[in-house]
Amino acid sequence: MATNTIRVNESPLVLYCLRRADDALVMGHRLSEWCGRGPALEEEMALANMGLDLLGQARSLYTYAAEVEAAGNDEDRYAYLRDARQYRNLLLAEQPNGDFARTILRQFFYAAFADPYWRAMMKSSDPTLAAIAAKSEKESAYHLRHTAEWVIRLGDGTEESHRRAAEAVAHLWPYTGEMFEADAAEQELIAAGVVMDPASFRAEWDKTVSEILAEATLEKPAPGWMQKGGRTGLHSEHLGHMLAEMQVLQRTYPDATW
Amino acid sequence: MYTQALNSRDDTPAAIRPAEELELEARFQARVDAEERIEANDWMPAAYRKTLVRQISQHAHSEIIGMLPEGNWITRAPSLRRKAALLAKVQDECGHGLYLYAAAETLGVSREELTEQLLTGRAKYSSIFNYPTMSWADIGAIGWLVDGAAIMNQIPLCRCSYGPYARAMIRVCKEESFHQRQGYEIMLTLCRGSEEQKAMAQDALNRWWWPCLMMFGPPDAASQHSDQSTKWKIKRFSNDELRQKFVDATVPQAQYLGLTLPDPDLRFVPDEDGDGTTGHWAYGEIDWDEFKQVIAGNGPCNRDRLAARNKAHAEGEWVREAAMAHAAKRRARQQAA
Repeated sequence: MATNTIRVNESPLVLYCLRRADDALVMGHRLSEWCGRGPALEEEMALANMGLDLLGQARSLYTYAAEVEAAGNDEDRYAYLRDARQYRNLLLAEQPNGDFARTILRQFFYAAFADPYWRAMMKSSDPTLAAIAAKSEKESAYHLRHTAEWVIRLGDGTEESHRRAAEAVAHLWPYTGEMFEADAAEQELIAAGVVMDPASFRAEWDKTVSEILAEATLEKPAPGWMQKGGRTGLHSEHLGHMLAEMQVLQRTYPDATW
Repeated sequence: MYTQALNSRDDTPAAIRPAEELELEARFQARVDAEERIEANDWMPAAYRKTLVRQISQHAHSEIIGMLPEGNWITRAPSLRRKAALLAKVQDECGHGLYLYAAAETLGVSREELTEQLLTGRAKYSSIFNYPTMSWADIGAIGWLVDGAAIMNQIPLCRCSYGPYARAMIRVCKEESFHQRQGYEIMLTLCRGSEEQKAMAQDALNRWWWPCLMMFGPPDAASQHSDQSTKWKIKRFSNDELRQKFVDATVPQAQYLGLTLPDPDLRFVPDEDGDGTTGHWAYGEIDWDEFKQVIAGNGPCNRDRLAARNKAHAEGEWVREAAMAHAAKRRARQQAA
């Protein structure tokens, strides 16, 4: 069987696009795993909606990366023909769905960052990124509202839902720090006004999360050790399984058109 | 996506009904005959209500169960465009299910009650979803054939005498026809692809063709009822009529793809003089024993489908409880304030 893994020339802008696209694809894929398994039909629809939004964001960002890289790659080659070590998504994004609380908290932590982040990115000096941001911001605002409402319901619901939500917060918390990191490549883009410094959204993220967790009667974990590595391709064991499933047809039938 | 004629009857003999009711029934029938729509608050015969509840809920269940075979390929869709389209399609089906449960609720049953009937295996859903999706081509075949068959059946339902169902069908049909084109386009791409892809498409057609013909329900000769549903203008065409329309529409589509329908007896029907064509295709014998077995719960996936729905329902219970408990707390706080 042919292994047709591609190589990517990761200039700072290509790398930036791949990182954000991978976040969106991996979470979109995770949300799509809920299909047929949701706790209520209305929630099946909502999870699919969020998944579709994220898939759309990923596609726009990959397409832009391909344009910038100009090496004959495209959205599908990035998505289907890179190995786990080449994926640049946050560790938070690849965390398995777990129970509904785990999924909701994962999406909430991300949306609380993505919403102000994409809003600010609308002012990017790069018109393509600004346009992608404008679309993503509207979607993230809904994701934040929807997931925050569920965090409150679960935290301040029954004893069981409170316990599950608290477990999800504790489990996912160490993966939230990576969102605010920017390496030298990204710093370059920040200095040029192409992208915003993720660190500058920490205060707003903190405020949103504190307020919602408080309303949900959930305790906010104390600052502690934060996991990172996703941005440089150092992932958990979960991502490889996800990619094995996702990439199976492209890997089995190299160069086929679908 | 689909409602299936499963043919059971529940009408009480006219003799034991009071005169007043017969009078109401006559007026009701006159309205139906005049092509008026019956609305939720209108008087309707109990049997009409019961027939509709059964048909609409079976249709809703089919949408929900139908999410499973296609959902099986969302995580393995071979391109991001296909992945998004499939997720959106399955989401549409969920929406159809919700929409149809709401239509059924206008007749005085609750979604919870109907869900319970599905989960305990007492309610029926379309037999087609008890077959497995084994390859990506199955996603194309389902869109093309299963949604195609559904459209044949559902277009006449847009003129169903019961207003809420008819209106639901108008929207559902629009989305189904989009799905059908999408499915056909998947098949077309495969058929223009590599030999392996074309073989995948042919294999999918071989497996889905006969179960799709069964979707229209038992042959008219063996049909127990239909008469009453026809009189009530719930049903406008017989099972065999719809099946024939489907075959006639589908054969040229298969030819265009360069695929062979798995029926050695399939042949064009000439007109009586033999100098023209009727536009009809005669098809071979359908294996009705297989159909009966699948309906009876012995299809390849019946157990898996019900188990999956039951698992989702059971695992979601604490979530639904939490939402209720939180809403109750909110109300209490608002009242106290």
